[in-house]
Amino acid sequence: METTRLIVVAVGGQGNLLASKVLGEAALLEDVPVRMSEIHGMAQRGGVVESAIVFGDAGSTIISDGEADILLGFEPSEVVRAMGRCNSRTRVITNTAPLRPFTVAIGQGVYPDVDGMMSQVRERVADLIAIDALALARQAGSPMTMNIVLLGALIASGALGLSRESVEKAIALRAKKAFVEMNLKAFRLGEGAVTTA
Amino acid sequence: MHKLLSEKINEDLLMLGNEAIARGAVEAGVGFATTYPGTPSSELSLNLFQISRETDLYFEYSTNEKVALEVAAAAANSGVRTMCMMKHVGLNVAADPLVTLAYIGVTAGLVILTADDPAMFSSQNEQDNRYYGKLAGLPVLEPSSVEEAKEMTRAAFELSEALGEPVLLRTTTRINHSSAFVTLKEITPPVPKGNFVPAPMSYVTVPAVSRKLHVKLLDNLAKASALSDASDLNFITGQGPLGVICNGVSYLYAKDAVKDLGLEEQVKILRIGFSNPMPEWMIKDFIKGCKKVLVVEEGEPFMEEAVKAFAQEACETLPIQGKADDLFSRLSEFDPAMVRENMARFFDVPYTPAASVNTADLPEIPQRPPNLCSGCSHRATFYEVKKAAKAMDVMCPSDIGCYTLGFLPPLSMGDFVLCMGASVSSACGFSRATDKKVVAFIGDSTFFHSGITGLVNAVFNNHNFTLVILDNGITAMTGHQPNPGVDMDQMNLPGYNAISIEKLVRSLGVGHVTLIKPFKVKKSIAAIEEALAFKGVSVIISQEPCALHAKGLKLLKPRAFTVTDKCLDHRDCINEIACPSFYLDKGRVHIDADTCVGCAVCAQICPENAIMPLKKK
Repeated sequence: METTRLIVVAVGGQGNLLASKVLGEAALLEDVPVRMSEIHGMAQRGGVVESAIVFGDAGSTIISDGEADILLGFEPSEVVRAMGRCNSRTRVITNTAPLRPFTVAIGQGVYPDVDGMMSQVRERVADLIAIDALALARQAGSPMTMNIVLLGALIASGALGLSRESVEKAIALRAKKAFVEMNLKAFRLGEGAVTTA
Repeated sequence: MHKLLSEKINEDLLMLGNEAIARGAVEAGVGFATTYPGTPSSELSLNLFQISRETDLYFEYSTNEKVALEVAAAAANSGVRTMCMMKHVGLNVAADPLVTLAYIGVTAGLVILTADDPAMFSSQNEQDNRYYGKLAGLPVLEPSSVEEAKEMTRAAFELSEALGEPVLLRTTTRINHSSAFVTLKEITPPVPKGNFVPAPMSYVTVPAVSRKLHVKLLDNLAKASALSDASDLNFITGQGPLGVICNGVSYLYAKDAVKDLGLEEQVKILRIGFSNPMPEWMIKDFIKGCKKVLVVEEGEPFMEEAVKAFAQEACETLPIQGKADDLFSRLSEFDPAMVRENMARFFDVPYTPAASVNTADLPEIPQRPPNLCSGCSHRATFYEVKKAAKAMDVMCPSDIGCYTLGFLPPLSMGDFVLCMGASVSSACGFSRATDKKVVAFIGDSTFFHSGITGLVNAVFNNHNFTLVILDNGITAMTGHQPNPGVDMDQMNLPGYNAISIEKLVRSLGVGHVTLIKPFKVKKSIAAIEEALAFKGVSVIISQEPCALHAKGLKLLKPRAFTVTDKCLDHRDCINEIACPSFYLDKGRVHIDADTCVGCAVCAQICPENAIMPLKKK
């Protein structure tokens, strides 16, 4: 089976671990072999968090520089920071709502203009889907569903072979019971943002 | 029911490596488990803790790793299958019991999980704990994948009982924190009680006994060596004149690399899963007929040195390499491309690395270092100590926990961090060896772990420093585990006794003990000033629950603050306490209402009183 390597970059607390688990469950539902790795601990105190998900026949659970087939970004500047993981065939799906690092507030560095960053990403990779996933998450009922909005966009992009049915089933399996409906709404809003774009 | 207690045999479950190990222990019928939490091992103990509340498994969070292993040693010598879990540096703390326990051995399986952290994702060093196997003379098993981690945990219990010795199960972060689907097998019900049969000539390690026990240990090591040679945890895949010897996650990278480089017909791989003692005859046989052998292992050249020694004994002169300037490093962790590239270079086959996109002219992205959370009480305490000590020439030894992050500007509180508990003992040394005012910081859990002995030392030797115990009522860094100071009733966990840090400190005869509530800024600064002025050992206990934990327990209802129009843009809030809820927009300071928990520390230091509670709409 063809191997697809997906990197998820996010800021601690944005829900990338749940997103990864949902994709893992969806892969099982479709009998696609899947392995993932994530970083816990000190890295989660507001730092950058990265998950790697490898679909298909490979043993490795991490992804080297230049070898991501898909980059899923929860935060636009983190996508730029992770550009070294991409090659010219990489497909990028990202949220455009910035979460400015605290270092900017204390004058250590400047947060670049989002549109500028997006066009620089676009000219380097095969394809960029950039949506305001935070706004869609609020529309779904909570900013916490941004991770699922992005899964909707990822599935609708067709970059990953998984079907929407499996992902929806996986959301029902993995999300807290009280939030399943809200997450499904978020998922569809994410899908819609791509198909109507 | 806990998901790892599922009886759906043969079903596949998505598991974290740590969950797979926990399930492996449950399938093996573990009856007793002890730990001190430490990343990357923490979820393993958390799962066994949860499981213990639904089964007969006895589980405890012990005070530190030495205690955990000693408690475990007793259970395993009472005929109870036992697991003891810790991070790699934890085994340093437990090294004392480890080495002599190897002499004594066990009567039921004892598996000691050591979670190593190459690349130091959340550790102070990247030591390679396979050497503890060599040091103590104990078997070491190393899984390569999440699925194998479960099976190997079961095998480790069997091996431990076959030899009558503890077994080290050594993982790395990429095993503990990877996920994969794992097939469930039958659970063996736990038996948490056994019987200890006194036999002083086997258990009382006076020199006369230990001399005999050492002979027994070497016999066991010889048996282990034979078992390693016969073990299916060491196996060969593929065939060809080029050899690769690898372990752990490196096996997966090597296997993928052989495929990616199209070397399936030329390379054979020896995967070492039973790495101490190394399988001598298997290796001698493997290298015979190889033109070259590449050893792929993260960390130290543990296998490489053994393989070279075996080759020398077997009079084989082929090139054997692993760690070298132009091959693998002893630093950090490996990745698939690195292994592929080094394999191509060593075996002299063409390889073009994947071309990353050009990143040279991308804008520089501001750093995003980990930070103390919004509403973290440590921030308030650091700020207050800094204010109280502003006229003094201060140095601050700190310790291991979330509060280590206090060393970052603008708080900049943390000048020396060594290991768990060392803030207190190093404060003893700094206060004697320098003329600086020494203020040491330690968390509640770390204080119980190994800060107490340093404080006893300080009182006895009449040192002169201030110790600030940052008591947030939980072991926060590793994910909110209990410690001996925690009120377990609050978490609906009856049957424990919380220990008062204040009473403990006073009972040692500390000359000056102060309690502060760090969210009361002025009062705290005044109390700290007094403590700092005291000659001798003074202790400040700063009490405020971890905001993250309190939110989780619903003990804290966030009430956000906002920056009102009264703000004259002094920016003391941002520049001095640096709470991540602050951000700048169009040159003005704002507070993110989604993350502010309402500790009100910023409101108390604002010179214009411009920070006020946000009125609910």
